[in-house]
Amino acid sequence: MSFESKEQADKYWKENLRVMFKLLAIWFVVSYGCGILFIEELNAITFMGFKLGFWFAQQGAMYVFIALIFVYVKKMNDLDKKYNVEE
Amino acid sequence: MDVQTLTYIIVGFTFALYIGIAIWARAGSTQEFYVAGGGVHPVMNGMATAADWMSAASFISLAGIVSFTGSDGSVYLLGWTGGYVLLALCMVPYLRKFGKFTVPDFIGDRYYSNAARTVAVFCAIFICFTYIAGQMRGVGVVFSRFLEVEIETGVVIGMAVVFFYAVLGGMKGITYTQVAQYCVLIFAFMVPAIFISVMMTGQAIPQLGFGSEMVDGSGYLLDKLDGLTKELGFGAYTEGRKSTLDVFCITGALMVGTAGLPHVIVRFFTVPKVKDSRISAGWALVFIGIMYTTIPALASFARVNMIETINGPEMTGTEYAKAPSWIKNWERTGLIEFNDKNGDGKMFYSGDERNEMKIDRDIIVLANPEIADLPAWVIALVAAGGLAAALSTSAGLLLVISTSVSHDLLKKNWAPDISDKQELGYARIAAAVGIVIAGYFGINPPGFVAAVVAFAFGLAASSLFPAIIMGIFHKKMNKEGAIAGMVLGLGFTAAYIIYFKFVNPAANSADNWFMGISPEGIGTIGMIVNFVTAFAVAKVTSETPQEIQDMVESIRFPKGAGEAHDH
Repeated sequence: MSFESKEQADKYWKENLRVMFKLLAIWFVVSYGCGILFIEELNAITFMGFKLGFWFAQQGAMYVFIALIFVYVKKMNDLDKKYNVEE
Repeated sequence: MDVQTLTYIIVGFTFALYIGIAIWARAGSTQEFYVAGGGVHPVMNGMATAADWMSAASFISLAGIVSFTGSDGSVYLLGWTGGYVLLALCMVPYLRKFGKFTVPDFIGDRYYSNAARTVAVFCAIFICFTYIAGQMRGVGVVFSRFLEVEIETGVVIGMAVVFFYAVLGGMKGITYTQVAQYCVLIFAFMVPAIFISVMMTGQAIPQLGFGSEMVDGSGYLLDKLDGLTKELGFGAYTEGRKSTLDVFCITGALMVGTAGLPHVIVRFFTVPKVKDSRISAGWALVFIGIMYTTIPALASFARVNMIETINGPEMTGTEYAKAPSWIKNWERTGLIEFNDKNGDGKMFYSGDERNEMKIDRDIIVLANPEIADLPAWVIALVAAGGLAAALSTSAGLLLVISTSVSHDLLKKNWAPDISDKQELGYARIAAAVGIVIAGYFGINPPGFVAAVVAFAFGLAASSLFPAIIMGIFHKKMNKEGAIAGMVLGLGFTAAYIIYFKFVNPAANSADNWFMGISPEGIGTIGMIVNFVTAFAVAKVTSETPQEIQDMVESIRFPKGAGEAHDH
């Protein structure tokens, strides 16, 4: 066991899951929410020459996806350090 | 210099480059053959993953699909990029820590069962062959259009090149050629897109260009496109026509399917550390995103261009006798057909009974440089880019096929006593046989290639993805649950697709679909079936052995990850 105790291991895993679910919630909102479920409502808004819903579906969601992965990497690397389980 | 000579020079140069890399990066052990020795830099791996992922279909067809379907085409853009978030957050770091060579390896070990391994091998091989047939066909098509050789000759040349670097170099050779292929294909894709964006909107960044005003003063590009498409009976470009539930399910199946594709997952076994695998997924999506955010821009430029060229500025049609040369060039290949129904000698393109044109979606990328009147070297570049996209993906798929046979079937199942050297030999033989089979399908394409793409994603979504996710996040998931889930999820999805695509294609319409969900989207339901079955079965069967539960605990944090290793 690389953790100091079982409690530490559980805490690490819980924090890991929290980071993951938070980011997945954003992932869901920008793609399924803005790009699919609420696309018509958002299309009433104009953004940089685009209808907003259409922009999310064909541009915006992809930019957010990229950002999400880099945020995840940063948060997880910090978490690994905090619990002393980095390589 | 004419287009054809330029194409020979550029394509010849890129092929020489790939072969040069192959000779430099020969694989000496199974470890190098399977995972490139586990020493690939994360940014390099990101680039290789992008080339691995972006196939002939992405390069040649996707912009066309979006161009012809407008808002409905978003499912592919969202689905094929969103899957990388799942890969990065839920799968890649854990599978890298697990540290084996293949996806069936993980499933077999995690569920302590050779039956589970065999189901996974079957899925992996099926998915890869489905895909690879289309790639080889793509190679043949590009050769025949741009170099005017027979499709068969094109396929054989493609087979020879892939054979050379996949069989010699394994994952090591493939990785470094894929890096080169990414550079070729992204350059080839971006150059025409930027040219066209500048010409139509004065904006050099296509992603911004398609939200800009047209240089000819006719207002915002997308407003104009909406107006044109509505008037011509296609329905407004930026408004969807598919049902929301179906769009939801298709996007889901594509995302989850992407995350379950073995040739993508295996790329992340090649980096040195868990940390590297996380960041590598980010880089992969950056490199993919460059092309995927350009695709919708190119799609809308091309649609406006096409409508204006064919229907003329007055929207009354252009005289066929005065048609631009690209229309006649591509008519010869059968991608464009003109049938002068009303006999006025003018072409007219619309979504209703006035239509006189049949236009193949692939034309959007292939003929784009000609439609926009770009220099000859840009046309040659598109040919090299299409080939790079097809070759890089074929090689990645072949590797999965060969490792599945030599490692998962032989070493782990039928012939555990073979030495590393023998295993490497079998891997090479399997890759060679795989190429021959793929080439055969490239030359004699089964009529259902397009239909089976839905199959590949549906299978990955309903079988491999849930098994991997439960393997990581649910310690108590046992082998009975996992196998039952895979078999039922897979069976349900396969039955649905086979029924609507092959048995009774006449019934393939929204009225007959289950809750209006198309065969393309049914993988999402298959995935749910898999999860529900697995949990139900696991509840009533024996508990997962303690050592497996400990193993799951140990893949949940990075410390102690070595190189990808054999037992």
